[in-house]
Amino acid sequence: MLRIECPWCGLRDETEFHYRGDASLRRPDSDARLAEFCTQTYLRENRRGWHLEWWLHVGGCRRLLKIVRHTDTHEIHAVGHPQDPLTVPMEAPAP
Amino acid sequence: MSGPSRIGAGLWTRPDEPVEFRFDGQALRGLRGDTLASALLANGVQLVGRSFKYHRPRGIVTAGPEEPCALVDVLGPDGREPNRPATTLPLREGLITESQNRWPSLHFDVGSLGNLVARFLPAGFYYKTFMAPGWAWERLYEPAIRRAAGLGRLGLTATDHPSPAETVHDHADVLIVGAGAAGLAAAHGLGRTGARVMLLEQDAAPGGGTLLDRRWQAWQQGLSAALAGLHNVRCLPRSCVVGAYGHGVYAALETLSPEESIAFGGIRERLRIIRARRLLLTTGAIERLIAFPGNDVPGVMLAGAALAYLRRYGVAAGGHPAFFLNSDEAYQTVFEFAAAGIACAGVIDVRPESRAADHARSLGIRVQCGAMVERVEGARSVRRLRIASLAGGATALEADALLMSGGYSPASALASQLGAKHLWQESIAAFAPLLDPHIGRVAGAARGRCGLKVAALDGAAAAESIAAELGFAAGAVSPAWELPADAEQTPLTPLWEVRGRGKAFVDLQNDVTTADVRLAHREGYEHVEHMKRYTTHGMATDQGRIGGLVGSAVLAQARGLPVSEVGLAKIRPYVQPLPFAALAGPETGQHFKPRRRLPLHDWHEAAGASFVSIGLWLRPLVYARETGWDAVLREARAVRRSVGITDVSSLGKIDVQGPDAARFLDYIYANNFATLPVGRARYGIMLREDGMMLDDGTTSRLGAEHFLITTTTANSSVVLEHMEFQLQAVCPHHDVLLSDVSDQWAQFAIAGPRSREVVASVASGLDLSNAAFPFMAASAALLAGVAGRVFRISFSGELAFELAVPAAHALRLWTALLAAGQAFGIAPYGLDALNTLRIEKGHLTGAELNGNTTADDLGMERMLKSKGDFVGRMLAQRPGLRSPERLQLVGVRPIDRSQRLRNGAQLIVPEAPSRSLGYITSSTPSVELEGWVGLALLAGGRERMGKHLIATSPIHGETTTVAILSPHMIDPENSRVRA
Repeated sequence: MLRIECPWCGLRDETEFHYRGDASLRRPDSDARLAEFCTQTYLRENRRGWHLEWWLHVGGCRRLLKIVRHTDTHEIHAVGHPQDPLTVPMEAPAP
Repeated sequence: MSGPSRIGAGLWTRPDEPVEFRFDGQALRGLRGDTLASALLANGVQLVGRSFKYHRPRGIVTAGPEEPCALVDVLGPDGREPNRPATTLPLREGLITESQNRWPSLHFDVGSLGNLVARFLPAGFYYKTFMAPGWAWERLYEPAIRRAAGLGRLGLTATDHPSPAETVHDHADVLIVGAGAAGLAAAHGLGRTGARVMLLEQDAAPGGGTLLDRRWQAWQQGLSAALAGLHNVRCLPRSCVVGAYGHGVYAALETLSPEESIAFGGIRERLRIIRARRLLLTTGAIERLIAFPGNDVPGVMLAGAALAYLRRYGVAAGGHPAFFLNSDEAYQTVFEFAAAGIACAGVIDVRPESRAADHARSLGIRVQCGAMVERVEGARSVRRLRIASLAGGATALEADALLMSGGYSPASALASQLGAKHLWQESIAAFAPLLDPHIGRVAGAARGRCGLKVAALDGAAAAESIAAELGFAAGAVSPAWELPADAEQTPLTPLWEVRGRGKAFVDLQNDVTTADVRLAHREGYEHVEHMKRYTTHGMATDQGRIGGLVGSAVLAQARGLPVSEVGLAKIRPYVQPLPFAALAGPETGQHFKPRRRLPLHDWHEAAGASFVSIGLWLRPLVYARETGWDAVLREARAVRRSVGITDVSSLGKIDVQGPDAARFLDYIYANNFATLPVGRARYGIMLREDGMMLDDGTTSRLGAEHFLITTTTANSSVVLEHMEFQLQAVCPHHDVLLSDVSDQWAQFAIAGPRSREVVASVASGLDLSNAAFPFMAASAALLAGVAGRVFRISFSGELAFELAVPAAHALRLWTALLAAGQAFGIAPYGLDALNTLRIEKGHLTGAELNGNTTADDLGMERMLKSKGDFVGRMLAQRPGLRSPERLQLVGVRPIDRSQRLRNGAQLIVPEAPSRSLGYITSSTPSVELEGWVGLALLAGGRERMGKHLIATSPIHGETTTVAILSPHMIDPENSRVRA
């Protein structure tokens, strides 16, 4: 079970949060083409490694958090506000 | 002495406290402190069950939760509980148990005839053989195979106990798993630094391996006493950590002793959810079996288990046992048995020579080095062993038990769950886990450090490292314990398998043989995980712990690789079987989920309402206890003819305020809200980003920067979360605040041609005329003396108002409205009548807003605004979603007015009866029209209006010819709401 350090509420269990998807994606501008919306809505990489994610603290402050989590080890590298420019750590190349 | 095989005093048993119990109907006697297994062995019971697949006779193999064979049904007042390992089941007075998977009796089992054809039943046999015809698997083969195979039978009747288990949350700096030499030393070291320590032991008392060596008794007792004096160290026996979930969260199952259970009001188990900063695994090692023909005959037991039965319970697992082993460590049992005066039939040591063998010989024990047990003879118990010398030549040995040991493997289940690396260690011929130090450490036999002294020192060292990492200052100097020295040992010789005639098992619980593993390899299942799935090796309650590595080794041999390259199958939670009751804890029955009651719940109940659960809400379904449509139609008719009142407080209500509120709603809703004047309401639809309908409802503009949204009851939390996400992730620069005010406001709908008169009499000073307060008007008002709101909106299709007041004033307004409506025969109406009214009118609920429908499907394409962006705008325009062949909303009525409709009935044409064109989503008898009416989603529905189709419901055996018509079956001009 993840334990997430909410910047507003402190360290809380995953059960208080709802996952809201890939935070590295930006909704296309209103004048973008249909294909771009399709890509943004449906296509995901499903990477093994660091991942930027949205988590909404529904059982607490109801604020949206941006989180850097490792999809394999579940390690959480950083938790921030939605507009924080969080980046995923550099990963060592596969041996 | 409570049983002929009880030859002395045990550490855990009380010789003066006999306990009566039953096994397969036989009355037996054990001692307080026994497990069922030790009590059965004390009574000379060797045959305790039949195996999973071949129904072979099986006995007790281990002394712990890794037991593969001795699983029993426990019969109690709450029913029959299957698959309890006899090796962990505490004996209690009056315990009634039965063996499993045998018929008619354990000693004569018809199913064991399968054993005669066993060579025709290799792994994968069922899947290969019972292939065709396809229907036969489900109806014929599987039920028959399931009856023949399997473990216990579940026969639980409802228990009167409100919660047979409880859930407890614990926090600690360090969680230590296993209270053997390493765990005790570590707990003591960490405890003295002031760290909060939890030390969990799966057995009934701490000690682990130190209990099996009398030289360690003083140290173990001294340390346990010292730990009891440390207030920051909690030692919990009978507590097995069953799962590791990352981020320092662990689950442990604590089984209460019979005495504790009585003290805690009958609770049997406690699920502990533990949050710890660091983990220390001192779980010790698990003895391995050796795969040789007949290694499953009752009386074949792990040597370490036999030692545990002798030391803990004073029970001898055999009167004349032989040993088959490959390490000096295993000789400890030989020596203890000799010390207890049990005549040893002989020791078969695969190694050419060893120190321990020499010592055994000096005690007068017959040892045959460089030899292997080729076969065990005996049907229901061990009679004779066939022994092959490595140098050539075979002999036979008479014995009544065979105590085997293939070496010890670190107990690495939890480490495996935490993604530990597994490193091959030649010295123990096993994998040892290595944990990320941020998670914790592994110490003692759990990482392959053999010997109690080595383990104790390793535990103390790990404790020191963890204390330093967590910033705890070194504690007071440890009292100088005298640690007994570990004996010098001759290294073990890896021994996995003895090949010969007959079945040699690597997994006793699933009846997986070495031949099955080789078959898996021949058929291409080379990876250890594939082999596991092909053969079921390592599955079920024991997770194949005593034979897991043996299976890997047999596979490695077949592949021509070293075991270190084949590896172990990943071990997942739970480490041992967890009763569902322990997982459920007190969250059973009404406590399974919260129940939300309306502010007027008590009034509805007193008025005779039947309730229905909508999400978490309890809503009045109809104000009658009787079933049937009469009461529903009576309520609905009151609305159509005069006036009715219903409680809609469970609707979601979201207060939206701020300078950018209108702009934000224009982005959330598919239709326009910026143009909505203050004091007016508008029906709105919102889409998901993929273009499907998310929800609908009415939104009122209470001020220039103030809106109130209503959502459907079922979707209220989904919509709120959707809006919060969009606001914070996509529109962070919008100056808007969202507040969920669902619980703050009670809201009632007053509907019917006389509703204006009723509302007027409670809304003082509000002109409700069409000119001053037209359809879709919204206003603040004083209602029965309470500051509230009035909305002229209608779900029923009649002239209607919705009145809202703060929830605490609900009863005051409700009773005022009932009094005002008395002259018009006002009737409260429930959800069924509400549904009848909205179906006639063609309004939507969750049945139509089912996540697969678009605005176009539901006839609301024209509401989508053409200018400006909104959620779902782009993807709603996908050509496929605008296909005229999509399921579209229509109304349906039976041609024969006496026939009824069914929700879920499929719509077909007679020429193609097996092709569904759509289905009925909602249906009701009508109050205004004759017979039944319904709504349906129909392929190309709008094109089919006026046509006839067949509605068929095969499960009801009903077929009805229906006319397809507009979903707005009454008042399509919408004149009544404007009356």
